[in-house]
Amino acid sequence: MATGEGQRGEARGQLPAGVPWARPFAIFGSALWLSACHGGVLDPKGVIGVQEKTILLDALAVMLAIAIPTIVGALAFAWWFRDSNPKARYRPEFVYSGRVELLVWSIPILTILFLGGLTWIGSYQLDPRRPIASSAPALNVQVVSLDWKWLFIYPDQGVAAVNRLVVPAGRPLHLSLTSASVFNVFFAPQLGSEIYAMNGMVSELNLQADQPGDYYGQSAHFSGDGFSDMHFDVKAVPQADFDRWVAGAKASGPTLDGPAYAGLARQGLIQPLTYRAVQMGLFQSIASGAIAAGPGPAPMPAAAPASMPMSGR
Amino acid sequence: MSAIDPSLPAEGDPHHLGHGHGGRRQGEGGIANKRTIVGYGFWIFLLSDIVMFSAFFAAYAVLAGQTDGGPGPRQLFADPSNAIIETGCLLASSFSCGMASLAASARMKLKFHAAMAVTFLLGLAFVGLEAREFAQMVADGAAAQRSAFLSAFFTLVGCHGLHVSIGLLWLLTMMAQVVAKGFRADVLRRILCFSLFWHALDIIWVGLFTVVYLIGSRA
Amino acid sequence: MFGRLTWAAIPFDQPIPLVAAMIVAVIVLGALGYVTAKGWTPYLWREWITSVDHKRIGVMYMALGVLMLTRGFIDALMMRSQQALAYGAPGYLPPEHYDQIFSAHGTIMIFFAAMPLIIGLMNFAVPLQLGVRDVAFPTLNSVSFWLSCTGALLVNLSLVIGEFARTGWLPYPPLSELKYSPGVGVDYYLWAVQISGVGTLLTGVNFVTTILKVRAPGMGYMRMPMFCWTALASNLLIVAAFPVLTATLAMLSLDRYLGFHFFSNDAGGNPMMFMNLIWVWGHPEVYILVLPAFGVFSEVISTFSSKPLFGYRSMVAATLFICLVSFTVWLHHFFTMGAGADVNAFFGIATSVIAVGTGVKIYNWMFTMYGGRVRFTTPMLWSLAFIVTFVVGGVSGVLLAVPPADFVLHNSLFLVAHFHNVIISGVVFAVFAGYAYWFPKAFGFRLDERWGQIAFWLTLAGFVVTFASLYWAGLLGMTRRLQHFDVPMWRAPVLWAGAGMALSTAGVISQFTQLFVSIRNRAQLRDLTGDPWDGRSLEWSTPSPPPAFNYAVLPQVDGEEAYWTVKQRAREQQGLHEEPYYEDLEMPRNSPTGFICAVFATMIGFALIWHIWWMAILGGVGAYATFVVFAWRDVREFVIPAAEVARIDRANRSSRQHALAGYKGPRL
Repeated sequence: MATGEGQRGEARGQLPAGVPWARPFAIFGSALWLSACHGGVLDPKGVIGVQEKTILLDALAVMLAIAIPTIVGALAFAWWFRDSNPKARYRPEFVYSGRVELLVWSIPILTILFLGGLTWIGSYQLDPRRPIASSAPALNVQVVSLDWKWLFIYPDQGVAAVNRLVVPAGRPLHLSLTSASVFNVFFAPQLGSEIYAMNGMVSELNLQADQPGDYYGQSAHFSGDGFSDMHFDVKAVPQADFDRWVAGAKASGPTLDGPAYAGLARQGLIQPLTYRAVQMGLFQSIASGAIAAGPGPAPMPAAAPASMPMSGR
Repeated sequence: MSAIDPSLPAEGDPHHLGHGHGGRRQGEGGIANKRTIVGYGFWIFLLSDIVMFSAFFAAYAVLAGQTDGGPGPRQLFADPSNAIIETGCLLASSFSCGMASLAASARMKLKFHAAMAVTFLLGLAFVGLEAREFAQMVADGAAAQRSAFLSAFFTLVGCHGLHVSIGLLWLLTMMAQVVAKGFRADVLRRILCFSLFWHALDIIWVGLFTVVYLIGSRA
Repeated sequence: MFGRLTWAAIPFDQPIPLVAAMIVAVIVLGALGYVTAKGWTPYLWREWITSVDHKRIGVMYMALGVLMLTRGFIDALMMRSQQALAYGAPGYLPPEHYDQIFSAHGTIMIFFAAMPLIIGLMNFAVPLQLGVRDVAFPTLNSVSFWLSCTGALLVNLSLVIGEFARTGWLPYPPLSELKYSPGVGVDYYLWAVQISGVGTLLTGVNFVTTILKVRAPGMGYMRMPMFCWTALASNLLIVAAFPVLTATLAMLSLDRYLGFHFFSNDAGGNPMMFMNLIWVWGHPEVYILVLPAFGVFSEVISTFSSKPLFGYRSMVAATLFICLVSFTVWLHHFFTMGAGADVNAFFGIATSVIAVGTGVKIYNWMFTMYGGRVRFTTPMLWSLAFIVTFVVGGVSGVLLAVPPADFVLHNSLFLVAHFHNVIISGVVFAVFAGYAYWFPKAFGFRLDERWGQIAFWLTLAGFVVTFASLYWAGLLGMTRRLQHFDVPMWRAPVLWAGAGMALSTAGVISQFTQLFVSIRNRAQLRDLTGDPWDGRSLEWSTPSPPPAFNYAVLPQVDGEEAYWTVKQRAREQQGLHEEPYYEDLEMPRNSPTGFICAVFATMIGFALIWHIWWMAILGGVGAYATFVVFAWRDVREFVIPAAEVARIDRANRSSRQHALAGYKGPRL
């Protein structure tokens, strides 16, 4: 696991040192409450995310319209009919009422019918496979999740990047995803939909960043010890900047060929980098299993069995 | 609560919730007899066993096409004669198991042991034939590790074979128990459970034979 | 000789697990030493370990559940404190340790805390409520319990010897395949869950048979207390769902042990099939836990509102409806896998439809209180808190059931908050309510009310603060299972969640304090009547604690609220029904079968985890021999003479008569 260790060490080295005990508690202050409104799924920056936020809030509103009166009613009933309230009438015979029955079945049914409609329409409208209507042509990106990094291949541009997804703002993205080893989920909260990246399969996702900006992306499915560092940056830039970035990427960096990919597939962390060129059909070979799945943890020396548990790195 | 007249069936249920019928009829509770309870409980267990098999069946259905370039059902099951003989053994053993049950309820020890012995031999023949088939497949390069299809096949069929093998051990135990204890009530209940088990394995085998061998040979 | 097991398996170089293991070892050895020194071992062996009495087994299940709940809570504390310290820092738990903790937390909480607690309540209350003397298969019941203990033991053993799974509480392949998890962690998971799963399945068989075939005369289906109905539904789900878990884990085991290709990346394996199969079990499992919990709330709310349950038939219908629909929703656990819009929409709607059944129940509980005389005792407080918080959990659940909303919330801390919201308020609150409700029945004295209420408020506050924070973190896009993070905006909710855990810890401490205070003051808290809450179902007609045989004479049930009817009649006539004719009673003899069986199961599990094949075979032979010995025994029952039965029942009757004389009539 030498590679993994080295890479992890590097990544760790850049992080700030341990936080003193007192400091975290200073953060309970209100400043962070305010800043909490920025980022996240309630602050979408793409057309898909915006629609999903709308559906989320609509469904929430519909349900709260029922849930809040229910909560208030339950507490009110309990309080009014408390044992010590002489004004409340004791009605032990009130154990069945056709009208109440009708009510208690119809309220949830009607709510669910309404939400069911919302679900049905929303599922079709926001099907991850559904292309985004736009005058601009979609940019194709092939995404490969590796242990524990993200590889973004731009098949039409012939370049690739690790842990940094540079995209033109305002232009639809068409992502094809697969995994080199275990399951992962591609998730950039401010852009919208998550989707699984699975070995031996290709999933599809259409997203768009409406405005230029830097957005956080992460794996949203636990994939092993390096999972917490398996995040990536989405850089949405104007089209001209994107073209410049492509040109720059083509002019520098290594080529992503067989051996380079094999190195990438080994477990470990890595800093963002770009590849000037990508071996033809690399994505298809990974997805079809023509390239064997990532190797997993390196075999341990015979003295220490594989079962050695919490061995420090 | 007003005065209670015990002659009215609805006394404890003034609002007619749940039961319009008075009196204590069938299904109104009361403890069933021990034989019913045991048979019923064991049948519930068998249902759960069938659910487990259905998961293996589902896995087989999903993976049946995943041969990874290795042998597929069509090559392997082109000649279902072995499976047909196995089926014959198992069905015949079910018959002899039924005879054993009859002998047990008639308290005829000799007939019981004879029928159980026949059941055992037929079951053993089944397991032997299956083991021979498995060994042949492994020798032909069609081991469970070859492909997902073969993994599913060996698991599904092997799980049934394992059940039959456990059944054989149980069968011998029951014979020994009848020798030692005679047809005691608890022994009779166990014989009932054993025969339920043995017949259930037949039912599963019929499904297995159809799905794996018959459909497989034509797939 | 010892397979993969070497000295390297013990974490001598790892201070946290080593110290934890040593503390546990000291506690366990200390407890064993104390018990031995006090000479209690024969008593424990005779009266508890070999007991086949459903009440004792119920109590032991509860004890196991409480122990494991505490262990799981400590895991939760470690996770929350790690995250609180791990903003832009490594924290104190390295990933390979942290990953084991969250995997163990989930596994322990579901399989070894929630399940034993719920099964414990069912064990204790169901036969009493049905008016019978025991479950259908008493010895099998003991086997079930001890197999659950085996599972719990194996999980906890992994702390000291080897490691636990680093895959999450459901070991999704390919991560859980040998290639990506070469250690013994996943094997510990597999065998612990598999062995305890057998126990649970046998419980399911036992209780379905009991509820359908072993009821007091006159106890028709529509006269059963609600808790029995929900227990029936839950056990039917166990019988239908647990075999799928067994099969699924068996497939993963075959992959890991024999190189099969069910879920592997290569040779045609299909890891997605694991997700489908495991959730075919996993979603019904949620209802296996929560339906009996609903039953507890039904009992508690009705009793403490001094009213029959409102809309009984509706409640039964809603229970069976949930039972059925729970098998049609599993796909909502992976909407984001890219199934088509039609599939997602179908499962999304099916999921929401379950909320109809739950909604009906909520309204029926509300109307049970309507027109009642609500007494705010600890069990009732838990029930009210449940109604309020469960509605919130239901809302977040239905949100997650809308696929486009799930697309941004899947696997986030919002999801974590949601399922803790429903499982803690649904299951854990129900267990606490049921614990306080049935405790006097089990031990003959009530729990201290003041400490109960302190524990309630602290736990509730901790729960709200923790999981409100996690909802918030999820909306900020924070995913689950992060060992450290460096997104600034996630820091505040993570710290708040940590603060919530501090409150919860105080709640946990109060719970234990309540138990100790109650034991100390048991003389004042003594329940002499057997009916401390003015109960409505049959268990309250027995003395507290009930005798081994529960009922001197099986009750004749004439109506829906079996005991309430009898009690009202007695109150009106100011007298009990005439003394019955007492007969000798035969009760099943205690048997060490369950315990010995579990010893061999532990051997088998441990041997398979470490590839010690001879030991596994030895364990198998031993388990088989145990059953043969059990089958060979000649004396299966012991007799309680009529005079003894009469003595116990007369004492109960006299205390009832006493209570009747003190009865002032209903306040109108």
